[in-house]
Amino acid sequence: MFRKNTDNRRNRWLWIGLAAPGAIWLLVLFVAPFYVMLSVAGGGINEFFQTVVPVWNPLHWSSWNFSAVWHDIVGAGAYIGPPALRTLLYTVIATVISLAVAYPVAYFVSRYAGQRKTLFLVLLIAPFWVSYMMRMLAWIDLLQQGGFFNSALSFFGLPGNTDWLGGKSVTVILGLVYGYIPYLILVLYAFLDRIDQRLLEAARDLGLSKWRTFWSVTIPLSKPAIVAGCFITALPMIGDYFTNQLLSGAPGTTMIGNAIEGQLDSPGQTGQGAVLALMLLVVLLIPMVYYVASTARASREAG
Amino acid sequence: MATTTESVPRPPGAEPAQTRTRRRGNPWRRPWALEGFTWLYILWSILPIAIAILFSFNKGASQATWQGFSTKWYVGNQVTSVLHNPSLHQAVIQTLILGGLTTLICVPIGVGFAIGIDRWRTRTATGLNLVMIFSFVIPELLLAVALFLLVTQALTFINLGTPAEVAGLVVWNLSWPAIIVRARLVSIGPSYEEAAADLGASRLGAIRRVLIPLLMPAIFASAVLVFASTVDDFVIVEQLSSTGNTQPMSVLIYSNVHGGLSGPALNALATILLAFSLAAAVLGFIAYRWLTRGERTESTAEALTSIAGI
Repeated sequence: MFRKNTDNRRNRWLWIGLAAPGAIWLLVLFVAPFYVMLSVAGGGINEFFQTVVPVWNPLHWSSWNFSAVWHDIVGAGAYIGPPALRTLLYTVIATVISLAVAYPVAYFVSRYAGQRKTLFLVLLIAPFWVSYMMRMLAWIDLLQQGGFFNSALSFFGLPGNTDWLGGKSVTVILGLVYGYIPYLILVLYAFLDRIDQRLLEAARDLGLSKWRTFWSVTIPLSKPAIVAGCFITALPMIGDYFTNQLLSGAPGTTMIGNAIEGQLDSPGQTGQGAVLALMLLVVLLIPMVYYVASTARASREAG
Repeated sequence: MATTTESVPRPPGAEPAQTRTRRRGNPWRRPWALEGFTWLYILWSILPIAIAILFSFNKGASQATWQGFSTKWYVGNQVTSVLHNPSLHQAVIQTLILGGLTTLICVPIGVGFAIGIDRWRTRTATGLNLVMIFSFVIPELLLAVALFLLVTQALTFINLGTPAEVAGLVVWNLSWPAIIVRARLVSIGPSYEEAAADLGASRLGAIRRVLIPLLMPAIFASAVLVFASTVDDFVIVEQLSSTGNTQPMSVLIYSNVHGGLSGPALNALATILLAFSLAAAVLGFIAYRWLTRGERTESTAEALTSIAGI
């Protein structure tokens, strides 16, 4: 212990030197940007050019942008409230569907795939390597009017002329599920694969039925993976602004990300875009801190 | 007599012996329903992509009716094929530039960060590590907006376009090498390095000649992940690209889906994008297997999951 300490002190500059480039990159391009965001949010505006004037001194920050955004969320002509609510709704529904599909798949591959585990893994990982844009493009091809999906519907005698890409929430939720489910499956698989089989055998030996074993042993054991997997799926869904644009493009399916992007790009509104992004960050800080804390705990237990 | 026993309600778990043995007979029997469900999921996840690839080879301009095989959307068509359309092939080049530059910068500094933080056990190191993990979980849009404000309001010497894109992609992907290499460091333990030090190697020498070779599989896996995720990236590059020349494939596909250059040329572009990440994945997998060939504990399944970053 003593030796290790002196050793570490002696080599301190080596470790600092190794970590420095990455640390500086993180500080300048990850921490500093959020300070700029605060300065823009608390800053003013050049009335003539409608450009942002960031204020760097925290003591001089104004709440003007904040109150403007607040009125947009709850006020009479609020136009940010609905996309915010919609984001929550879409994310919850899409995460629940993803979990309902991902869990059985991950469970099957981790427990029953046997010799064919590699084959299944290749097939499950494959979408992970296909670009998000291509996967959305594939659905646009299928769902367009006269596309395969509508033809299949009319083949089975159902109305086959629905405009699936014309602003349907169902389509957007399907797109979110399709886009982010591979992450959830892989997180669940990695965890389920490590569950000690002997625990399940013990439960069966002690007389529990197959279902009881699943409900009272496997599910409680996999709870950390379910929570982590849902976070890793839901967080990017909340920040998603392109899936709905690709699969619908209608104002009736916009999400909070569209509101942020829209304000950022419109002259004179950049400060309010920054406020909105900060508000989203504050809301998401709770699940993010929870996730970071739980992974830190898991790695402490493992190491 | 038999009918009376039948009608008496039983407590659960006291079913007649026959049903019990049948239900619990073979715990390793194949669960057909689960397997069927898994195959349905796989079909649902892969079939649409396969169809999209197929239609990039369509002779006509339709994405719904097959009109015969042709490569005109890749090379033949003088106006809208990937080869001849300037904005399409510029997007391919820009994607490769971003992927290459980001991987070259991100992996070395990420590996250095992982080793440094792992050994320099102070409060500052723990704090920096936390910052790194936050950069992993933050929604990409929030980081992209913050970076956009940084390069337009504060560090204006970083121009929108390739410099800003690379700077942003590096920080967004830094957590891959940092997390994967750190995990490998933990599993290696300090004993090899201590042995090298006892045999007279300097600290730096031990890192270079003992630690880096041992970390090679993790470094390689993270390089593959960084490249693939950069090639695939959309949000950061969309916020930080400037003119059409600095738009990579993902942004071009996004901005052309509704109007603009539509039709199979976009499918062709997406297929090329897919080929890049798939090539990286296959190369990465083979190299990873080769690098860990001495470690018999590593199964194919484990190698696959390492390359996918889990």
